[in-house]
Amino acid sequence: MSFSVNTGANRIAGKGRLSPSKTVTFTLDGRQLNAMEGDTLASAMLANGIHLAGRSFKYHRPRGILGAGAEEPSALMDISRDNARRQPNVRATVQEVFDGMKAKTQNHYPSLTFDVGAVNNWFSPFFSAGFYYKTFMWPKQAWKNLYEPFIREAAGLGKAPEEADPDHYANRYAHCDLLIVGGGASGLMAAKTAAKSGKRIILADESASMGGWLLAESEATIGGRPAGEWVTETVAELAAMENVTLLPRTTAFGYYAHNMVALAERVTDHRSRPDPDLPRERLWQVRAKKVILATGAIERHLVFADNDRPGIMLASAARMYLNHYGVAVGRNVGIYTACDSAWAAAFDLQNAGVKVTAIIDMRAAPDPDLVEKAREMGIPVRTGSAVTKTAGKMRIRSMTVEPIADPLSEKFEIDCLLVSGGWTPSVHLFSQSRGKLKFDEENGRFVPDIHVEDCASIGSCNGTDDMDTALAEAVAAATAAVSGRAVKAPKTSGFASMRGHLIGSAKGAGPDDHVMAFIDFQNDVCAKDVRLAVREGMHSIEHVKRYTTTGMATDQGKMSNMHGLAIAAEALGKEIPAVGLTTFRAPYTPVTFGAIVNHSKGDLFDVTRRTPMHSWAEEHGAVFEDVGNWKRAWYFPRAGEDMHAAVARECKTTREAAGIFDASTLGKIEVVGPDAVKFMELMYTNPWQKLAVGMCRYGIMCREDGFIYDDGVVGRISEDRFHVTTTTGGAPRVLNMMEDYLQTEFPEWKVWLTSTSEQWAVIGVQGPKAREIVEPLVEGIDLSLEAMPHMAIREGKICGVPTRLMRVSFTGELGFEINVPADYGRAVWDAIWERGEPLGMAPYGTEAMHVMRAEKGFIIVGQDTDGTVTPQDAGVGWAVGKKKADFVGIRGLTRPDLVAEGRRQLIGLRTKDPKVVLEEGAQIVADPNQPVPMKMLGFVTSSYWSETLGHSIALALVEGGFGRKGDTLYVPMENETIAVEVCDTIFLDKEGARLNV
Amino acid sequence: MLLIHCPYCEEERPELEFRGAGEAHIARPANMAEISDADFEKFFFIRDNEKGVVYERWRHIHGCGRFFNAARHSVSDKFIMTYKAGEKKPKITKTQIDAVKPPAKGTPANEPVWTVGGKGEAK
Amino acid sequence: MSKVAQRTGPLDGRNFGTTGVTLTPAAAATRISLRAREDGLATAKKILGFAPPGKPKSSATKGSINCLWIGPDEWLVIDADDSGLPAKFAKEGNTKLSAVEISHRNTAILLEGAKAVDVLNSGCPQDLSSASFPVGACSRTILGKSEIVLYRTGEHAFRVECWRSFSDYVWSFLMDAAKSA
Repeated sequence: MSFSVNTGANRIAGKGRLSPSKTVTFTLDGRQLNAMEGDTLASAMLANGIHLAGRSFKYHRPRGILGAGAEEPSALMDISRDNARRQPNVRATVQEVFDGMKAKTQNHYPSLTFDVGAVNNWFSPFFSAGFYYKTFMWPKQAWKNLYEPFIREAAGLGKAPEEADPDHYANRYAHCDLLIVGGGASGLMAAKTAAKSGKRIILADESASMGGWLLAESEATIGGRPAGEWVTETVAELAAMENVTLLPRTTAFGYYAHNMVALAERVTDHRSRPDPDLPRERLWQVRAKKVILATGAIERHLVFADNDRPGIMLASAARMYLNHYGVAVGRNVGIYTACDSAWAAAFDLQNAGVKVTAIIDMRAAPDPDLVEKAREMGIPVRTGSAVTKTAGKMRIRSMTVEPIADPLSEKFEIDCLLVSGGWTPSVHLFSQSRGKLKFDEENGRFVPDIHVEDCASIGSCNGTDDMDTALAEAVAAATAAVSGRAVKAPKTSGFASMRGHLIGSAKGAGPDDHVMAFIDFQNDVCAKDVRLAVREGMHSIEHVKRYTTTGMATDQGKMSNMHGLAIAAEALGKEIPAVGLTTFRAPYTPVTFGAIVNHSKGDLFDVTRRTPMHSWAEEHGAVFEDVGNWKRAWYFPRAGEDMHAAVARECKTTREAAGIFDASTLGKIEVVGPDAVKFMELMYTNPWQKLAVGMCRYGIMCREDGFIYDDGVVGRISEDRFHVTTTTGGAPRVLNMMEDYLQTEFPEWKVWLTSTSEQWAVIGVQGPKAREIVEPLVEGIDLSLEAMPHMAIREGKICGVPTRLMRVSFTGELGFEINVPADYGRAVWDAIWERGEPLGMAPYGTEAMHVMRAEKGFIIVGQDTDGTVTPQDAGVGWAVGKKKADFVGIRGLTRPDLVAEGRRQLIGLRTKDPKVVLEEGAQIVADPNQPVPMKMLGFVTSSYWSETLGHSIALALVEGGFGRKGDTLYVPMENETIAVEVCDTIFLDKEGARLNV
Repeated sequence: MLLIHCPYCEEERPELEFRGAGEAHIARPANMAEISDADFEKFFFIRDNEKGVVYERWRHIHGCGRFFNAARHSVSDKFIMTYKAGEKKPKITKTQIDAVKPPAKGTPANEPVWTVGGKGEAK
Repeated sequence: MSKVAQRTGPLDGRNFGTTGVTLTPAAAATRISLRAREDGLATAKKILGFAPPGKPKSSATKGSINCLWIGPDEWLVIDADDSGLPAKFAKEGNTKLSAVEISHRNTAILLEGAKAVDVLNSGCPQDLSSASFPVGACSRTILGKSEIVLYRTGEHAFRVECWRSFSDYVWSFLMDAAKSA
């Protein structure tokens, strides 16, 4: 076969499943390389003879590619399409190459082969376990100036992108009868079995191609067909079924309560020019009736001296590169193993024309059939032996082998060393689901034991190594999960045996304190570090983990867990089950923030609520403020005006002519039913029985503890119908509290609550000219003082549409709040504006509203109260019905602390210098010359410049405030102390003459 | 995210539709105005916060809007049952608790939650 | 007397479509939040011309009037024509039931197309398969960060009711979801 494009010298013709006719081009550290479509970055690099993939985290040691999947701890790369679409720490073994991809190695300066950070390696004795805890202890000052900047500079792997992420992400809630995690032999078999039931099945696999380790097999058959063909046929069969959702490139990363499993689907990361509408990733939140975990197993490396040189890799990975990608990982390959499966790698490589230099098996007597086959193939075998040393800086050059019982050594020249310490079942998800594991002593592994969620583990994640047994297990679990009919599992042959294991350090790791025998490649943790941690008193595996950082970060114990545990157990002199496993945490592999945030970014970050009159305010230059989720017009600056000037003008205009105000955001609740008045009596401190139909009352609502919860004006529409208003922010919680009492304490009462907050647009027209402006537009309502006094509510029409017209005032002026069905809000506002503008009316915003209500001493719940203020404290004790037998808060109000002397009470403050405006939140003291810490009497809750009065005004909560009228108090600020006089909270028109017109 | 059976909607719904509402079966005294300070303290402030079976209130706020009660194991997060507001506090049997409590450390291997023969029912 | 005020809906003039779904603002309709217990159902039936559905997640329809079960004592009545329901309810009084007009509180988006379920499931955590949420099913639920009332009007057609000020969010969410479905 001839290649039109050279996709690497190590590509072996006739091997692998990729198509030589489909090629792509990418760059690695600026160097252009070719690859086949379907290659991972790792397979493409290996095809080009590149093992060196980066520098390690702590010691900056050259590192290669260790694995062929998500377990990869070393080959973490920076992948980008463009400046904004760049992601650090991507596993080269997972990232599929695409045309135009830019890959960069990480953690080196100035170059990968010459890196100044590598001095850390020479100083490695100083970077022992607990280095940070021990070193950066003192002096305290050095933290800020020296240690923290240094650690921040040195810490972390890779560089975060600086531009905003231009991609978008999606979310999908999904429901299924059966979720199968893992599309290897067991997972596919389970899916094939369960799919026949017609029930909804989701099958997710983290790789681009389903099949798992089947893809690494060379001679295996299932049901008499080559395993690779069986995979293709099974996937095609499943894909054609409507009840099956196949999700390749989808990692199940978290298993949560009640069978909720989170999946991250990589939608476009492998595409060269993705459709811009496609999300980059999709988060799947799957609720499954049953879950089958077929997550497989991960091969372990071996712990021996300098086991991290580039060119040292897992035997299973080499098989995958050969049999799936058609790539030989070396020309001269050594095998070092404690497990049968590595022998299969040796045979496959030798058969493909790669020289296998020697098979070193730790076991004294491995399977004689394997030994015999090796001899037949001419591969030298050393049993009962260990690799004690390796050489080669940027790539392994040689290994030194010693019989375990003997110091005699021999040296082999190699360019690649394949290792296997046996297989670790991937129990991460099972463990995340709170399932309990048990230790399988014979095979040195933890396997699932007690299920907590409704799930079953099958295949190698369940410790089932034999393929026939695994498939039978898959069939049984799938049949049970969908209550389907049992079928016979197909017979298999030719699968590599997974027998044999080693956990802990091998002979080559040495007992001493300087051998660099890595257990955790990602966090640069060696066997000696674990031993040191134990010696220094870390006796719990959780402490050992944190002290040494083994198994932390994105590794989450995939590669390092069992070795670290075994070494700790040995050092502690305990059995492995007695030491216990650390907890597996979600996510299984890193998940982008984009996937987690998905749709909730930009405009969709949160709901933005706008009133029906928002567009008018926008057209008239309003500056908006956020009030909860609402956008409210804050003030309407005219040319040349700053906020102060605009607010002053808005107040003045309203008090002298009229102002128009959008009050639509106020919460509104319709309370309806024969027991409506009884219910109002319960919920509000005020009495309601005698409120006449057509009249309004200001109501206060407390919690049971007696503190103010909300307030608002309530209108009685009829005997059994109230129009209740709440604060803007309080609307949902007030309705919730009302429903709570109604449903759970007084369910027999005949009254119903409906939110009408958004049914009504509310237009406030306030000021001496309010009546003159509104009157001509209104039909069927007499607006005269006599017919419609202050606090009256009437139903009629305005501009030909229905209205609930309230004569209320939050400004102290003659005023109306015009409720109209929301869709008419803008039109009615326009009509009022058209009429009011020539009469001198101006729009005012929330800031002017705040100033004008403060001039009248009206409180704002949440600003002048903070959840510890009673109606009495706030000076509205008059609103508490004295003769009422019950209301929410009645008992709380008589609690000893609430009736005690010296409570903070709401009073007014006037600064001695009328021009000084206090800061809201500023503390108040009696004697500014007292020693620090001063006794604080209270604080300023509201403070404004009053254009109308020509001086500043403030409200404050002050200890025993009602008794301090006329006293001078002080507000100490950073640069000055401001003298204030305590006064009444009503600054303007105490008699209410302006209302009575 | 929990899956909560709403006794009014008569089916399980995702937790996102619900809001927790504290401990259940705390009745507001009928003679509220007259109760002693100690009784008020007990009514308003004191909560059991059991490790084990808890009786709690939920509101299906983004669903049918109803408040209802649940008996749930606070360690395993599993529900024993949900029931309508106003219904009597149910007696929970040991069997019901055993079905939802988390497996103890060192518990010997037990049956999987659903048996692989196809006959087992989910707990 | 000046001219009669005209309605402005929050989603006026919008429309959106992909190959998978189309979004259309629903026409203005009369809506009533109906609350009643057992003893109020007869009155409700008299006014509506049919009994409010008693089964959770179900709806009933006659002529232009749809009645959606929201809770055990709560229904959302949507009348596409103006059959004068508010006046009829007002006439009956409030002794046995509560009828509050919310025609303007809610607005609705009509979502249609083969991808409708996928689009909704981008933000709605309920199982919307035909088995679990058949044509005629309805439920108050959530979509992203907004509360909605979802009503399935066809195999591939839904009515998404939401509060007026949430409609911009709901529309934008559905658009975003439609693009990526």
